[in-house]
Amino acid sequence: MTADSQWLTFLALLLPFAAAAIAPVLTKALKHNAAWILALAPALIFLHFSGFVGNISEGETLSAGYVWIPSLSVDFSWFLDGLSVTFALLITGIGTLIVLYAGGYLKGHEHQGRFFSFILMFMGSMLGLVVADSFLTLFVFWELTSITSFLLIGFDHSREASRRAALQALVVTGLGGLSLLAGLLVIWGATGVTSLSALLASESALRDAPLYMAALLLILGGAFTKSAQFPFHFWLPNAMEAPTPVSAYLHSATMVKAGVYLLMRLNPVLGDTVAWETILPVFGGATLLVGTLLAMRQTDLKLMLAYTTVASLGLLVMLTGVGSEKAVEAAVLYLVAHSMFKGALFMVAGLVDHEAGTRDVTRLGGLRKAMPITFTAAVLAAASMGGVPLFFGFLAKEEIYAGLGFTDGWTSLLTLVALTGNGLMFAIGFAVALKPFLGNKVETPKHAHEGPVLLWLGPLVLGGLGLVSALVSGLSHELVSSPMSSAVLGEPVTVTISTVPHIGMPLVLSVVTVALGASVFVMLERGRAAMAGILTAIGWGPDRGFDQVMRGLTRLSFRVTNIIQNGRLDYYMTATFVAVAAAVLIPMGLYDEWPTPPQLPRMPFYEWTVLLIALIGLGAVIYARDRLTAIVSLGIQGFAVALIFMLLGAPDLSFTQFMVETLSVVILALVMTRLRLSPTDHRPTGEKVLDVAVAGTCGAALGLMLLRVTQVPFNTELSDFFSQYSRVIAHGRNIVNVILVDFRGTDTLGEIAVVMIAGLAILALVRIRSVKPITENREEG
Amino acid sequence: MRTLIFRTVAPYLTSLMILFSIFVLLRGHNEPGGGFIGGLIAASAFAIYGIACGVSPVRRALYFHPMAISGFGLLVSAISGWLSLAFKVPFMTGLWTKVSVLGVPVDLSTVLFFDIGVYLVVLGSITSVALALEEREHG
Repeated sequence: MTADSQWLTFLALLLPFAAAAIAPVLTKALKHNAAWILALAPALIFLHFSGFVGNISEGETLSAGYVWIPSLSVDFSWFLDGLSVTFALLITGIGTLIVLYAGGYLKGHEHQGRFFSFILMFMGSMLGLVVADSFLTLFVFWELTSITSFLLIGFDHSREASRRAALQALVVTGLGGLSLLAGLLVIWGATGVTSLSALLASESALRDAPLYMAALLLILGGAFTKSAQFPFHFWLPNAMEAPTPVSAYLHSATMVKAGVYLLMRLNPVLGDTVAWETILPVFGGATLLVGTLLAMRQTDLKLMLAYTTVASLGLLVMLTGVGSEKAVEAAVLYLVAHSMFKGALFMVAGLVDHEAGTRDVTRLGGLRKAMPITFTAAVLAAASMGGVPLFFGFLAKEEIYAGLGFTDGWTSLLTLVALTGNGLMFAIGFAVALKPFLGNKVETPKHAHEGPVLLWLGPLVLGGLGLVSALVSGLSHELVSSPMSSAVLGEPVTVTISTVPHIGMPLVLSVVTVALGASVFVMLERGRAAMAGILTAIGWGPDRGFDQVMRGLTRLSFRVTNIIQNGRLDYYMTATFVAVAAAVLIPMGLYDEWPTPPQLPRMPFYEWTVLLIALIGLGAVIYARDRLTAIVSLGIQGFAVALIFMLLGAPDLSFTQFMVETLSVVILALVMTRLRLSPTDHRPTGEKVLDVAVAGTCGAALGLMLLRVTQVPFNTELSDFFSQYSRVIAHGRNIVNVILVDFRGTDTLGEIAVVMIAGLAILALVRIRSVKPITENREEG
Repeated sequence: MRTLIFRTVAPYLTSLMILFSIFVLLRGHNEPGGGFIGGLIAASAFAIYGIACGVSPVRRALYFHPMAISGFGLLVSAISGWLSLAFKVPFMTGLWTKVSVLGVPVDLSTVLFFDIGVYLVVLGSITSVALALEEREHG
């Protein structure tokens, strides 16, 4: 990659964020027409990445990047091959259409600018995710997609349901993100590489590593939550609370495919094992069935589509898990087809909702005359979804059946699962595309008519692409399907399937699928009632479970907080000092590191005198009749210690100690006057004994530790370095100060930040007037 | 605490202590002293002034809220750390230069500004705590 193109790619990765920054201002000036300008950003990136397609289809891969944190060997790097470029093209291509669509869909919305900003930020994150090479880049962008998706789902933040959905998506995908991070760390530990390209080059190093299973499970944790695999599928249908452009973009075409992307990306190094070929098809197949069955139950167009998306993701995971050449090719074809038809169908659903005022399929009908363009787009997309010949979805379905087959019991089972799933998806796809448009005209809340160009452009282009790309299948395979399949498989393959039907098992299965789908379509009402009955009978689902877990967590944290922070200062102090004593004493006991009894040192008499003063101070603290005297006596002790420092030749330390003592006496005295305590101490004897014991143990523990520390040989390397170089390289004769402000300046910066934060905290505490009682209910609300 | 003698002496004592704290701050690199100890001295100076003459004269004299002074100090320290990045050396590398003030050569360094930042943070934080505690007695 030349320097120019490297710089351009970097710019392309930043462009969405730049566009997000100007979006609010631009939208304020141009209203919804800002979409035309903002859509230029993804369009330009699309053009940039399509420039790589030629080279990559010849089998090249490109990786480049910039050094990010050299001392931790962290890079900001990207890796372009058939897989990542196809994803990048899908993200930016569909992204362009979505930005336009959002311009029409949210026309006149007071926060349209914010929406553009969020969706462009999401686009940037997703783009970064799929081209990322180094693990850290991958993880950062992965998390960014979770966060931006949270913002988008919760866009309509005044509604309770959308806030809950946003939080749910964030919790589920966020947990998955942590799992992914752990997985990447395990891979790093097992193989020593920190980038995907290096990992892919390492062949089977990971498969043979003893930690393979741990890495696999952790990575799957990330991928399954992101791609809404059963039993984590529940967040995706809830995410339909988001405005439709979000559902079309994030929750069908792009973000939810991030998990599938990750699995495909790692297939060459993690796949081809028994675990991989069992876990993925089992979860994928279960997701496919659960998704389609739940989709039947729905009447809301968006929810029907959402559940079929869950099902499609299951199908993709299943195919990736099977891992044979044909199966992977099928997954690739289906992924591309799905992005196009599902994006289009979601936009159609939004359009119908926008124009007719409802998206309940039972309250819609006969819109074909009023909305002919939308109807065309819907039929085109549904035909691809159902796998009708001449459409891209047909190629995918043929390849799915070719990839599974009936070779043994296992593949036969998977074929049956795929057959059922595809049949049901056929029925639901056409239900979404036909039911609102055919039949008698039904009275809708709004008087329906065709939407503006901004709204129908996206679905029409995507629906049409499903047809065109299949008609020129040779070209689309050469440019997209073959390079992507090669990247997933880790070896060059060529996809050959074309729209011309060829007699054989796959075609027979396709016919069966269509027959099954058509019969379900006819009986959809009855199926819906049956499913509703079954679901009511079960009554519990992961969605409810999520609420229960969250409620449990709040309760648990409330209880724990109540125990740890019961609001009694004496309890906190006792707990703190017991912990300090335990932290010092237990390790010393465990490792038998007790100090040897020291010899009484020979000291000049004035040093003894100072020690005596300290002891007198101590005695005075204990025998003081009132609190103020005790505080001042504590000061005596501190000053004595400062004197010792001075005598031992540490003037800086001594100075500081003097000042600290003075200020602590002043501040303690002020606090005491503020607390309105009785001047003397009236505690019961039991408490006094306990306090004496804790204080004694703590003091003894620290004393013992100090003794022990001085008894082990002292490593003078650092002090030698400091005294040698303080004058030479840091231009200062006061070593203590040079260490503070120069050698260890970063530490000091952190410390003064802590000083300031502590100051703020104390200020806040001092200013608190009244404390409201905290009740359990309030915490949960 | 508000005796006549104390009230009369406090302003002078405070000024002297502040002067001394700046002296300690500036000589810190070569002799005992530095930003931390200087800040503590200045903070106790303001505390004394507050005890003697009440909190509002101190607040008037400081003009800025002590916490703002603290925040400014943190900013100064952080910026003097970042400055080194402009010269392509790692964060927090000390940079030195000599300037002539009225014919006297003076060493200036990012380290000095860092120490001034430390001084301001300590001064600001502790003064604001002390003043907040003193305030209640009359408020």
